[in-house]
Amino acid sequence: MADPMRIRAVAKDGGVNVKILMAHEMETGQRKDGAGKPIPAHFIQHVSASWQGKVVLSANWGTAIAKNPFLEFNFKGGQKGEKIQVTWTDNKGDKRTDEATIN
Amino acid sequence: MSSIKLRAVLALSGLVLACATQAQQAAAPKKAAAPAKKAASAPKDAVTAEFEKFREVMEDASPAELFEAKGEELWKTRRGPKNASLEQCDLGLGPGVLKGAYVRMPRYFADADQVMDAERRIVYCMVTLQGFKAEDLAKRPFSSESRTPDPVSLVTYVAGQSRGMKIAIPQRHAKEREAYKVGREIFDFRAGAWDFSCASCHGEDGKRIRTQELPNLTSKKDAIRAFQGWPGYRMTGGLMHTLQWRMNDCFRQQRFPEPGYASETIADLLTYMGVNANGQVYKGPGIKR
Repeated sequence: MADPMRIRAVAKDGGVNVKILMAHEMETGQRKDGAGKPIPAHFIQHVSASWQGKVVLSANWGTAIAKNPFLEFNFKGGQKGEKIQVTWTDNKGDKRTDEATIN
Repeated sequence: MSSIKLRAVLALSGLVLACATQAQQAAAPKKAAAPAKKAASAPKDAVTAEFEKFREVMEDASPAELFEAKGEELWKTRRGPKNASLEQCDLGLGPGVLKGAYVRMPRYFADADQVMDAERRIVYCMVTLQGFKAEDLAKRPFSSESRTPDPVSLVTYVAGQSRGMKIAIPQRHAKEREAYKVGREIFDFRAGAWDFSCASCHGEDGKRIRTQELPNLTSKKDAIRAFQGWPGYRMTGGLMHTLQWRMNDCFRQQRFPEPGYASETIADLLTYMGVNANGQVYKGPGIKR
């Protein structure tokens, strides 16, 4: 199973600033291993974040994103103590969801 | 969304840099407010300046944190032949005390009767508490594409527990003072096919390897750079590396025989460089290009 994400969500000025670190290989499929065989592509295709059941961010990703991606975004609304959920899905169908409390 | 772009751009520039990043002492993280005070002979080149900017953005969201999280789990999980966690491991401030332990190592440990740096001590704990074999841990001790060795994650976790604390490596015990002396000798010792010493590259201001500026570890202002930023997350390949790896690779670059993993030699060298950085603030695991 995939390693957990690190999520930091801080409420300020009527909005919430969210910083997410994801542990993922983000293999492009363009590289070859030591034996000259192509390394199969393995990357996050979709990221979504929701707050109180409402989607506040939805993004389609490709292979141009670096390994162990970092994502920062802001959304309006959100109070201290409420939860935010982040989910990513990769091209192999792997999925990971983590939750954080807004500070 | 600008952050996404930032990482994407870096992935590309990483390709460009890949050919020039064979094992160097990456520049220590420095805030823009306190730009590196370089000798006039070594102006900061554009690549370095760009990376400094990037590092600033990344400092509070470094992928090193992912390894801290992994290390924390490893620290607290019962593992090994003895099915024990590392929570009873004494890093010099008492069993299980992590706060500030990293910035006080290398230090003398009476139970082992040796001066040990953080990784050496953690390996010692893994052997004594958990029953792992030192030979097994020394077989493939450095991060590669396919795996991050457990001690690497553990060191990152322990180092993260000293974030923002002052470096205070003790010199009270006779063996600690001896380690400093021996460490300095190793640092200055010229040998090998190229008649190199550590000091050949790290004993003068304004030296560089390819595009990488090298810190003068004998000077007061640069001494912190032997400590700061390690363990470090390397953008090239996305690997986490510790000071054990850095020392090993510097030996390789000097065409020296390979030093033993978690050996006395490395502990002595780290004592010498660490003590020189005493009094400065350690900012936690770093990020390198």
